[in-house]
Order: sequence, then C-alpha cells, then structure tokens
Amino acid sequence: MKERTKLLLLVAVLAAAYFLPIEHVRVQRAFLEGLFLAKSYARHHVLLCLVPAFFIAGAIGEFVSQGAVLKYLGATAKRSIAYGVASVSGAILAVCSCTVLPLFAGIYKRGAGLGPAIAFLYSGPAINVLAIILTARVLGLKLGIARAVGAVTFAVVIGIIMAELFRKEETERLANGPDPFAVGATEAGRAVWKDTLFMAVMIGILVFANWGAPNAEVGLFALIWRIHWPLTAGLLVVLGLMIFKWYEKQELTGWVQATWVFAKQILPLLFAGVLAAGWIMGRPGLNAGLIPSSWVASTVGGNSLWANLFAAVSGAFMYFATLTEVPILQTLIGAGMGQGPALTLLLAGPALSLPNMLVINRYLGPKKTITYVSLVVVMATITGMAYGAMFG
Amino acid sequence: MLEIKVAGSGCTSCNVLEARVKKVLEELRIEAMLMKVSDFNEMARLGILVTPGLIINGEVVSQGKLPSESTLKDWLERSESR
Repeated sequence: MKERTKLLLLVAVLAAAYFLPIEHVRVQRAFLEGLFLAKSYARHHVLLCLVPAFFIAGAIGEFVSQGAVLKYLGATAKRSIAYGVASVSGAILAVCSCTVLPLFAGIYKRGAGLGPAIAFLYSGPAINVLAIILTARVLGLKLGIARAVGAVTFAVVIGIIMAELFRKEETERLANGPDPFAVGATEAGRAVWKDTLFMAVMIGILVFANWGAPNAEVGLFALIWRIHWPLTAGLLVVLGLMIFKWYEKQELTGWVQATWVFAKQILPLLFAGVLAAGWIMGRPGLNAGLIPSSWVASTVGGNSLWANLFAAVSGAFMYFATLTEVPILQTLIGAGMGQGPALTLLLAGPALSLPNMLVINRYLGPKKTITYVSLVVVMATITGMAYGAMFG
Repeated sequence: MLEIKVAGSGCTSCNVLEARVKKVLEELRIEAMLMKVSDFNEMARLGILVTPGLIINGEVVSQGKLPSESTLKDWLERSESR
C-alpha cells in the first residue's frame, strides 16, 4: 500500500471519529443493532448452516469432474444442451467467484458462443451453492427456491435473447489449438455415483440438522422433526464411513483445504456485511437502524412497479460480496421491503455490479453490455413483481 | 529452461498457486521463466477455462484446482528432465 494511501486512510478514520454523531440515541442503538445481528448469525447460522455448506462447496470444488461438465460447453456441443448446462454449471464450475470471467471468455471465444457464455455469466454468481443455502435458511425456503429457479431461467432466457439480437455479428474465434473443452476425458478414479452420494449425504445432514419445528403436530414434516437429530447423527455416521472407505488421505486433505480457502475468503466479508446491515437497517422489525423503516417501506415496500424497478436498478449497480446480499436483504425485509422487490434484488444484485459491468464492457463492448444489463434489470423487475403478486 | 505460466485473476487460490510454484522452483533449484497471466482473452487462447491454471512449456497441466506442493514437485521434476 502506498504511503499516500495510508495517510488518506488515517485522515479518513480521524475525520470519522471527529464527526461521529454518537450523542444521538438512534446512532447508539444502530451500532448495537449491528452487534446484535452479528451475534444472531453466529448463534443461529454459522454452525448448522454455513459450516456444512462450506464443506459441500469444498467437495464440489475438489471432487466434481470439471471435464465432464466442460465438454457440454464446447464449440461442438449441441446448442440446447449448452444453454442448459451453462445455466446450472455455475454451481459446479464457479465455486470461486473469480473464475466466472475467464470461463465466460473461454465459452464466448472458443466454446459454444455468446448465448451460452452469457447464460453462464449471469448464472455463475446467481446460482452459487453457498448463497442459495444461506438464502433458504435466513430468508425462507420460498425465496431460496424462487432465487434458484429464477436464476436458472433468466440465464437461459437472457442468453437466448442476446444470441438472437447479436446473431449477425461474427465472433472472432481465437487461435485454433486443442479444444480446451475436451479436457477431462482423462479423469478416471472414483465412480460418479459415489461422489454424488457423498454430496447427497452432506446435503441431507444440512437439511435435517436445520429442520424447523412445523406448525402442525401431525403429518410428515412433524414426524421428521421429532427424529431429525437421530437422522442427522445417522447420516454423520454414514459420512464417516464413506470418508474412511472411499477416499484417500490426499483427497481428503484437498477437500479440507478447499473448504478452508472458502471459509477464509468468505466469512470475514460476510461478517462485515452483517455488521453493516445491522447498522444501516437494524434487526428485522425493530426500526432501530440508521435508516428509518418508513424510508425503506416507502421506496421498496409493497409490490409496485416502482419498488421493483428501484430494487433492480440499485441492485444492479451495487456490489455485493459473496453472501452479503443475505443479511442485507434480511434487514431490508425486516424494515419493510416487499417480497417482490426482495426477489428482484436477489436476481439483479449478486450477478451485477458497477465494477463488474466495466469488466464485461471490456469484452463485449458498450452495446452488448448495456443490452445485457437492461435485460437483467427488466427481467428481475418482472419476475419480482410476479412473485410478489403470487406470494407477497 | 522451463517456461511456466500461472493463470489467475487475483483471487486467493491463484496467488497461492503462484507462491507455491515459486517455492518449489527454489527448493528444487530449477531454472524457469515464470509468468502470471491475468488477461482472460490470453487465458482462453492458452486453453485455460477455470482458474487457477498452470501451464508448463505450453501444455496445460492443471486448471481449476490448487495442486499441492508435492504434486507440483512431481510435475516440475518431470518437465525438467524431459
């Protein structure tokens, strides 16, 4: 870091301390709200939800054969398959968010082309496994599912529209060389079903450990709730057996390392996001953040076109670090944001940001970038309004 | 002399890979030209789709994974003796 930057930072911190309006009760309370929210996350979401989720993400990164997925995105792949794979493979291929752009460039220049590349570009961040899990956990199953379904659908639709609009423009294919998408035919080893089962067991543990008490005393949900801890324990035993019998030490070390890399990268940012969300909006329902709930309710409350559009546009430009959209949305909803605008924000926020748009612009040029961003904003708004009308 | 390219866009794994490669090169005292590739077009041209990626003498040795030091040692020794 340059010395001048350090000086500027020091001055900024001093200025903040000098002008801190800490005499106001509301400001005092807002600071506490950040801490309250952080405690709530630490107690309710970290151990039972985030930790298993990180292990699942780590397993996806380490064990799923990328080659098996990549071959469907190559230049010779069938179009419809390429779209389908591009819109969901973000969950498998883009577990590290920085790899979305190189893969996008690869699909565009050497693979299946603009349409599937755009589908992947959008769905990569949107269908992030960790984000879907945390969304379902904190914001509710309905929003979690809506987010996942919306992300996949959008990805395909936006990809197809872009491919149609810009069909006449030829993509300059880069140098001819070995087809990079044909990699992975060499990956042998464990049968796919074993890896799939391994991950299914982990997902099962995640689901059963988090099984909430149902409203009714009878029925399947209630039955499962009564035995959900024994079920979790049983699955843990099964997991242990799989670990011992199916995996070599080196693979397990790789898995744990991958999990740790995610945790290291994501948890500090999530923590910062939780604090910020608590300070700015306060815990749900208490109107104790810096921003009064009435402001939130009047801008993005209800399900009007304006509310959804506002959410879509601000989401598109705002930068959300991985997972931080969850506490931010949680506190916004708690301060009066409608369900419709909430889904809109989930669909437009994580996938786009101003810095992200500038990078995309370097590849696609202003015309395509503006089209892409507009498509995302419009579709997010429409989907959010529809969801809000049905489930709001 | 080996020509090694580490493809990455600045995320942690990519930086860790570069550091590991440097460390192994020093330990094994192998002479190599080490380059970092951050431009996505260049990566696509070289055949790297998922970062971090490792290219030794023009051949894509790994992508999308962070190889351990012992794996790197193996690969570098074998490339050196070719």
